[in-house]
Amino acid sequence: MAACAKGLDKCMFSLRLLRNPRLQNERFISTSLCRLAPAYNSEEPPKFTPPPKPVIIDKTQTVASLRKFLSPEFIPPRQRTDPFKFSIERKDMIRRRKVLNIPEFYAGSILAVTMADPNASGKMNRFVGICIQRGGKGLGATCVLRNIIDNQGVEICYELYSPRIQKIDVLKLEKRLDDNLMYLRDALNEYSSVDPDMKPVPFSPTGEVPFNKMKVRMRPKPWSKRWERPKFNIQGIRFDLSLTPEKMEHAQKWAQPWLEYDMLKEYDTSKLEEQIFREFQQEMSK
Amino acid sequence: MALHLLTRSLTGLLVESSSMIQPRTFSVTAVAAAIQKMTRVRVVDNSSLGNTPWHRPPRVIHVYTKNGVGKVGDRVLLAIKGQKKKALIVGHKMPGERMSPRFDSNNVVLIEDNGNPTGTRIKVPLPTHLRKVDGDYSKVLAIANSFV
Repeated sequence: MAACAKGLDKCMFSLRLLRNPRLQNERFISTSLCRLAPAYNSEEPPKFTPPPKPVIIDKTQTVASLRKFLSPEFIPPRQRTDPFKFSIERKDMIRRRKVLNIPEFYAGSILAVTMADPNASGKMNRFVGICIQRGGKGLGATCVLRNIIDNQGVEICYELYSPRIQKIDVLKLEKRLDDNLMYLRDALNEYSSVDPDMKPVPFSPTGEVPFNKMKVRMRPKPWSKRWERPKFNIQGIRFDLSLTPEKMEHAQKWAQPWLEYDMLKEYDTSKLEEQIFREFQQEMSK
Repeated sequence: MALHLLTRSLTGLLVESSSMIQPRTFSVTAVAAAIQKMTRVRVVDNSSLGNTPWHRPPRVIHVYTKNGVGKVGDRVLLAIKGQKKKALIVGHKMPGERMSPRFDSNNVVLIEDNGNPTGTRIKVPLPTHLRKVDGDYSKVLAIANSFV
């Protein structure tokens, strides 16, 4: 018994020794244990259980979003044009959407747009960039993609419902602090550089859209616009690096704080949005 | 006192240099009417004439169009390094048609009088609709690195 205990002790010691360098000597350990085992108890080796089958989830495939999302171009602008015109336009938009998948995206998302281009090689042109602006209502809806190629800033304004568009991919779904990122033209190049061979980043089809709270550093002034003015209401710029507090104070001279109390400028679209969203879902499921 | 002043000026210098993190390598003109007379432009080929520094940026002194406004594919006459030189517009800041690229600078490529490019390489992407324009610029297109 004592010898046995001694042997076990030795074995434990060797085990400890082996565990330290974390080598893959498992087989050796198991054999040594097996050699000891018959002295103690004649237990049968544990039954072989096959390892569980790995479940492979292809995260590269982007799934359609399950969020309740209505593209902003469906909301008609506030004007005196006959609403019938906009309803006809919405019908056409839905017809186009049945052929071309226009995914959910926001200013700040990274998109890849493939369009037919008779002048390009292969008659196709794919451009990857960060969406800096969404504009236009109805069939004329546009989005501006920006990228830096060979140290040259390039922007392309795409008409989303144009027949030349063949495919729109969301490579990275993201929201930024502002709805209009035109100030990236005056920011450092690193903020609008996107790798053209970027792989799509997986995102969850439900829940909140990822929110990127990054603030950008700007090139020295002059900028294309005075972004510090309250009219733009820019949150995503590190003004403290490029402007003095006095200058920021001075920019407030152009503030028009009374405008938010102007009841004539109110345009509550929540009801309209509900109605159009229902119409959109009905038409798309047809 | 003098030392104090010196240190102050030195720190001021340091702060200024740190705030100029990435100075523009070329001077720019605001978006007016694509390219017209007196527009400062950026030469994007590797010709020695366009790349040697000079105390004045190259300027357009004539646009060879009917209305005096140059767009992509138009020829211009440049005043560059005290010489007159013809150039081809290969991109401008003013947005053109939808679905066509807009560049952050007014780009030109120097060409000889017969239309052959002076340089041997173009560093920036060219718009694809340059292929469509009239005039034989196949030699300019041939030296391009990439298209967008």
